[in-house]
Amino acid sequence: MSSFEHRHSAHCESGVMSAMLRHYGLELSEPMVFGLSNAMTFAYLPFLKLGGLPLIAYRSMPKSIIKNLQKNLNLKMKLETFSNAQKSQERLDELLREGKIVGAQTSVYWLEYFPEEMRFHFNAHNLIIYDKEGDEYLISDPVFENPVRCSSKSLTKARSVKGVMAPKGLLYYPEFVPKEVDLKPIIAKNIKKTAKMMLNTPVPIAGLRGIKYLAKSIAKLKKKDKRYAKLFLAHIVRMQEEIGTGGAGFRYIYASFLQEAAELFENDATLLEASKMLLEVGDKWRDFALVVAKELKAKREIEYALIAEMLENISNEEAKVYKKMLQFHGK
Amino acid sequence: MDIKSVPQDESSTYASNKKAIYAVDEEGKFTIVGSSGWEAEEVATKEALYDLQERAKEAYEAVKEGEFSPLYFHMYDVRMDLQVLSESTGFFKWSIKRDFNPKRFANISSKRLAVYAEAMGREIEELRVLPKGRYE
Repeated sequence: MSSFEHRHSAHCESGVMSAMLRHYGLELSEPMVFGLSNAMTFAYLPFLKLGGLPLIAYRSMPKSIIKNLQKNLNLKMKLETFSNAQKSQERLDELLREGKIVGAQTSVYWLEYFPEEMRFHFNAHNLIIYDKEGDEYLISDPVFENPVRCSSKSLTKARSVKGVMAPKGLLYYPEFVPKEVDLKPIIAKNIKKTAKMMLNTPVPIAGLRGIKYLAKSIAKLKKKDKRYAKLFLAHIVRMQEEIGTGGAGFRYIYASFLQEAAELFENDATLLEASKMLLEVGDKWRDFALVVAKELKAKREIEYALIAEMLENISNEEAKVYKKMLQFHGK
Repeated sequence: MDIKSVPQDESSTYASNKKAIYAVDEEGKFTIVGSSGWEAEEVATKEALYDLQERAKEAYEAVKEGEFSPLYFHMYDVRMDLQVLSESTGFFKWSIKRDFNPKRFANISSKRLAVYAEAMGREIEELRVLPKGRYE
């Protein structure tokens, strides 16, 4: 499989799917994959804890990019899970011998090639295995600049961990990839879908309401244990900025998608405007991370109200982008 | 963000790796740029790391004092907590807490210890003791 081409991506699952489809003859950029699978979202799940802290997601649930793409592109993906680690490794080896490139979900902690300081127990990472040499897998991890190598012991462990969002040995690969896709109607449909979902979520924990809910929780940190409050704030930024999880990063990917979509619709002015607006919102998320980092380092009481207000503001600015997106009629 | 503003802070947390970021060029066109690190992210990552290290250190002292079994230290040393360890082993939290008791842990079945070892990626014999000379 020397013909496989690795490309550096901003997010693991969209990066994997973009590379995989390209390999099988359908060229879609990472932002296009991200947009077509309507991966941009926001969710704050105070009841689902990761390391004692609530899950904050800036993108849809793991596997949703794979599943939504499959639905929207008439693509056929094969997903296999395993309860036995040994069997999951044998199956991977078998698929590689058949000449396939294979997507896998893994924990980050057990991947030996990850920077030591980035190894946390997060189970929803994605990568492509494209070959095996001796005991080592050749891996295209989209969030790494270059292909990496990983021992079978390390990879199999990373695939077989249990817990929140456990990978269950998940392997995936396409069974059918269309040669050509009429993107325009799919783009139009999914832009609407994403905008509506963010604006009108029925539950207070998702979409823009989720952002406002998180802002309220931050304001309440003042009364909480100091160590917890600091960890909570750091956690928001980590979920937002750390490798492949990015909040601001996702706004930039989606803004890039809107730009690419605009080009397909003869430089549609509405989409170009929405792209610019979202780019600015992405910058605001980064400003937010900067302020949080500054407050974390300050040797005084953290200004929770200020941080909460910034988030409120972001949610209002994002609302404008989604309203703009709804003005696009796909003609 | 424009491509010139993409931070290149060479964060230690990246360990010389680069992260891909979509940013706009002079014509406002999106392109992918490698970032060698960003201080804001590094601060947040290190805050989390620091907390994990502190927990491991506190656990080490507590085990040394005979308050808890070595298992308690190993849990934090592999960056887990009771929740993650419970999920990784399939053991109930209360039953893990029982194994934090030094006396009970001394008589733990090798079968149960093997499950811990597997989940934590450590050798069975390693789990039985506190590693020497840490934090000195």
